[in-house]
Amino acid sequence: MKRLMNSHPSFPLKVFLGSIPFIITIIIYMWASDIRLEANPDDKLMPSMSKMSEAIDRIAFQPSKRSGEYLMLTDTLASLERLGIGIFISAIIGLVFGVLNGAIPFVRAKLSPYVTAISLVPPLAILPILFIVFGLGEVSKIMLIVIGVTPFLIRDMQAKTLELPFEQLIKAQTIGANTWQVIVRVILPQIMPRLLASVRLSLGTAWLFLIAAEAIASTEGLGYRIFLVRRYLSMDVILPYVIWIAFLAFLLDWLIRKYSEKRYPWFHTQS
Amino acid sequence: MKHIIKLLLLSLLLISASPVMAKDNFKICWSIYVGWMPWDHGKNSGIVKKWADKYGISIDVVQINDYVESINQYTTGAYDGCAMTNMDALTIPAAGGVDSTALIVGDFSNGNDGIVLKGSKNLKDIKGQNVNLVELSVSHYLLARALDSVGLKEKDLKVINTSDADMIAIYGTKGTTAVTTWNPLLSEIVAMPNSHKVFDSSQIPGEIIDLMVVNTETLKSNPKFGKALTGAWYEILNSMKGDSGEAKKVRTALGKASGTDLAGYDAQLATTKMFYKPSDAVKFTNSSELKKTMQYVAEFSFEHGLLGDGAPDAGVIGIETPSGVYGSKGNIKLRFNSSYMQMAADGKL
Repeated sequence: MKRLMNSHPSFPLKVFLGSIPFIITIIIYMWASDIRLEANPDDKLMPSMSKMSEAIDRIAFQPSKRSGEYLMLTDTLASLERLGIGIFISAIIGLVFGVLNGAIPFVRAKLSPYVTAISLVPPLAILPILFIVFGLGEVSKIMLIVIGVTPFLIRDMQAKTLELPFEQLIKAQTIGANTWQVIVRVILPQIMPRLLASVRLSLGTAWLFLIAAEAIASTEGLGYRIFLVRRYLSMDVILPYVIWIAFLAFLLDWLIRKYSEKRYPWFHTQS
Repeated sequence: MKHIIKLLLLSLLLISASPVMAKDNFKICWSIYVGWMPWDHGKNSGIVKKWADKYGISIDVVQINDYVESINQYTTGAYDGCAMTNMDALTIPAAGGVDSTALIVGDFSNGNDGIVLKGSKNLKDIKGQNVNLVELSVSHYLLARALDSVGLKEKDLKVINTSDADMIAIYGTKGTTAVTTWNPLLSEIVAMPNSHKVFDSSQIPGEIIDLMVVNTETLKSNPKFGKALTGAWYEILNSMKGDSGEAKKVRTALGKASGTDLAGYDAQLATTKMFYKPSDAVKFTNSSELKKTMQYVAEFSFEHGLLGDGAPDAGVIGIETPSGVYGSKGNIKLRFNSSYMQMAADGKL
């Protein structure tokens, strides 16, 4: 007899099984929301689906009465810009220092303990310092992401560099490559897809810091809107925003994975 | 099976959603603010328990660290009463369909909220600046009223939503030139070099009011809940007023609990008009000024979309005051009720 652990669901069945928890969540929500709304039609904690779609229509598809902007679009663009720049800077720093740390023992001896120590500092705890150093504008928000994500990326890239088969590095040297050539021709091409994989893992952290930064001082952004309307318990705005953030995060993750698969197919067929 | 689960879910939600029936156990919540600190003493000294016992009920007094969260908890029905300002009472529970009653009018801000500019003593200079404040809070309301007084509009400046927890750190940065905030942050910020308080709530006296708000249905079916709370409140206030050693001891403890000391707490009390005597609170609540104030607050809230985007006008939510109703009479969700304070004034509790 075939063991349970060896039988795999077909693709359509897999999609169906995967959607069950989502459907159950939605049904429970609608149930609970109905009951609360029956007791109090103005209840804000669990708005009905129609109330939420009204809210989405208002913030996403109609220009704001006060500023004439499409709020959800403005918020999304502002947040994605901060997130994108933050992640990009972190990835570059992570790549450069991670590879150098991994490849050159003298650099590693100098920097590795420092990076480890920095990575253990919770960035939210030093927020006031960040504000004083970087001001209140975009820079401090991006820096919060950079400080939160970079140490992890450096440490991960360092580890990944050290994991490369030592034989490859020896071989490159026996055919005459110097340190620079080994880094550029042997290490870097193999590290790139691994960098993309780590960036995907660190996206969750980056979103966390982005929302936190926007909650503290800003005039637009997904986190700003959520914390603003929280003041009057507008769950009809907050819930769609949360789902939208989750979707954006998923989309970013998917895009990076697709790019990586296209650019580095050998990496994805390895395992 | 399905039906059982459905029933279970239903009953569970019904219990949590409708605190209407007569009952014996009540919960109120409050957060740290000069005018609400007395509840801390009420709990620790046993005064609240004494009054609850007198009416044969129990009242749990819970401190919640996050002000907005405490109001949200009340609005969702987790608490029977909560300390909040008049504006938040209108925009959170009342706008959320929870019929609420201001049982105790405790005090009004008489300088506890203010606008600070860097390098200028003139409010008009705020034009064109970035102003850091907690958006949609009483600070925002104060700013709107201040701008009115010098003929400016909110469009003339830029409001930056800023968390109160970080207000002091943010004011210290170079790019920040204007803030609107409340005490104890306000006094810290004014004390910084080159900083000037250009407007404060003493210029709009009686408009930012601190209340003990309770669920109207709960109060209606349980008058003893209202009586016990009101009776306890004025005994607490009595025990902390004046210069006796006992009163100073109470205020020292309250100062400590709010992160300062006796001098710091007394300084905050000096910019707060506390209604120590219930008759003063009754007079304030019964005056027609209160209705006018609530009209300002409702108009501000309407203009900022706080009454819901479907709201046709500022009067969509009716506000009942002893001197008359403002707004829709068919949709009264916020009520100022001076009858319990009157009982306290008459010694009938």
